[in-house]
Amino acid sequence: MLENYLPVLIFLIIGLAVGAVMITLGFVLSPHKPDSEKLSPYECGFEHFGDARMKFDVRYYLIAILFIIFDLEIAFLFPWAIVLTEIGMFGYVAMAIFLGILVVGFVYEWKKGALEWE
Amino acid sequence: MEWLNTSIDWLTLLFQEWVVVYFQMLPEALQTVILIVLKIVVIMVPLMLSVAYLTLAERKVIGSMQIRMGPNRVGFFGYSLAGFGQPIADAVKLMFKEIIIPTGANKYLFLTAPLLSLGPALAAWAVLPFGEGIVLAEVNAALLYVLALTSVGVYGVIIAGWSSNSKYALLGTMRSAAQIVSYEIAMGFALVGVLMAAGSLNLGEIVNAQRGDYGIVSWFFLPLFPLFVIYFISGVAETNRAPFDVAEGESEIVAGFHVDYSGMAFAVFFLAEYANMILIAALTSLMFLGGWLSIFPASWIALVADIPVLSWVVGDGIHWFFAKMSFFLLLFLWFRATFPRYRYDQIMRLGWKVFIPITIVWLLLVGVFVIQGWFGLGAA
Repeated sequence: MLENYLPVLIFLIIGLAVGAVMITLGFVLSPHKPDSEKLSPYECGFEHFGDARMKFDVRYYLIAILFIIFDLEIAFLFPWAIVLTEIGMFGYVAMAIFLGILVVGFVYEWKKGALEWE
Repeated sequence: MEWLNTSIDWLTLLFQEWVVVYFQMLPEALQTVILIVLKIVVIMVPLMLSVAYLTLAERKVIGSMQIRMGPNRVGFFGYSLAGFGQPIADAVKLMFKEIIIPTGANKYLFLTAPLLSLGPALAAWAVLPFGEGIVLAEVNAALLYVLALTSVGVYGVIIAGWSSNSKYALLGTMRSAAQIVSYEIAMGFALVGVLMAAGSLNLGEIVNAQRGDYGIVSWFFLPLFPLFVIYFISGVAETNRAPFDVAEGESEIVAGFHVDYSGMAFAVFFLAEYANMILIAALTSLMFLGGWLSIFPASWIALVADIPVLSWVVGDGIHWFFAKMSFFLLLFLWFRATFPRYRYDQIMRLGWKVFIPITIVWLLLVGVFVIQGWFGLGAA
């Protein structure tokens, strides 16, 4: 069973290695003539000012939290979906109640305006 | 022709006497690994070539849609061949461009980000079946693995934007990451719908669950039509392609998260984007359009079973899978030529307020279908 995952592991390693080899080749083959202007971060032709690690909109944070809740729910749905034919109506109703609780929360977020981007 | 036969015999003998004998002298574990690596190369080389030529196809297709020629100069050995050498020339050019690491950047994270983008986009192919039993790793949790790997892609985006230490990159990152994450939910729900219908996480079994006596009619895209549409549109949004490419928005935020990348480091991001497009196209065809299954009813296939070439074309096979993939890839390019870019609030509204409610309702509906046993009625 577990040996079926060996090709997956090797593929992951090779996938990362292909990218690493390409970037290394780029470093080896390309010229290196750095100067302070060239190495400054892109800012539309202006001299850059301040730090880029600045405050950002709290909505992004909210989206991330909502994502975790919904993604967890999807993770719960995966095993349920596979055995649905065996657990039948009882399993279906149980998951419907679970989904219902989540939808209540979702509707609350919606009404509160957490999903609005003005 | 005598000499040809002799030389083929001689080559076969050479292969058996030398390669096979020496190969069998290696330890068994090493033999397995070598065989796996060879298979991976067989998948990876055509994949990388497809990625390269998808960029040419994109420029050609959009060119035709705008009544232009597209690239038509670079060819091989002095023949332009309608621009067939363009991707190779692009790759070589990028190879010789300086890789700039900005002074404020976090060097190691800056160079890790492209790998985190490309690695998962390639590695997901380990579990994708190309035909009946033609799959590198026959694992039962295939779809879970694919879901996990496509989720890892967002780390590449976040790390790239944060480590660049540039305001443009950070803004682009926040936008792309929030967008990818939002559409991933709709995508995940669509996957759950497929799981319910197929009753398996194994992609090969999902395809076989779509096998029926009447060809195209038993594929999942009919009973799961809303999920099919939502999955593909979410896929377009996940790969940050037009019309969801606000991160790129040339007129306001330049190139989004990879604005400070250059040379080969940029090329890796570029490859990852196109590899992800091919991956989404492949997954959509496997899960909703029956992968390698033939479009024709079983009775038609049986009718032409004795005719040499026609039986191969009409019957199930890898060519159907490629045809379906090409169709979805064309859609990707077509969207880019047709639709104007969405505004960011429109994108978030579509993801959260349209797709998620529709998928939840349809999942409950599919649940009823499955319990009533309405799936697989037409199955052979």
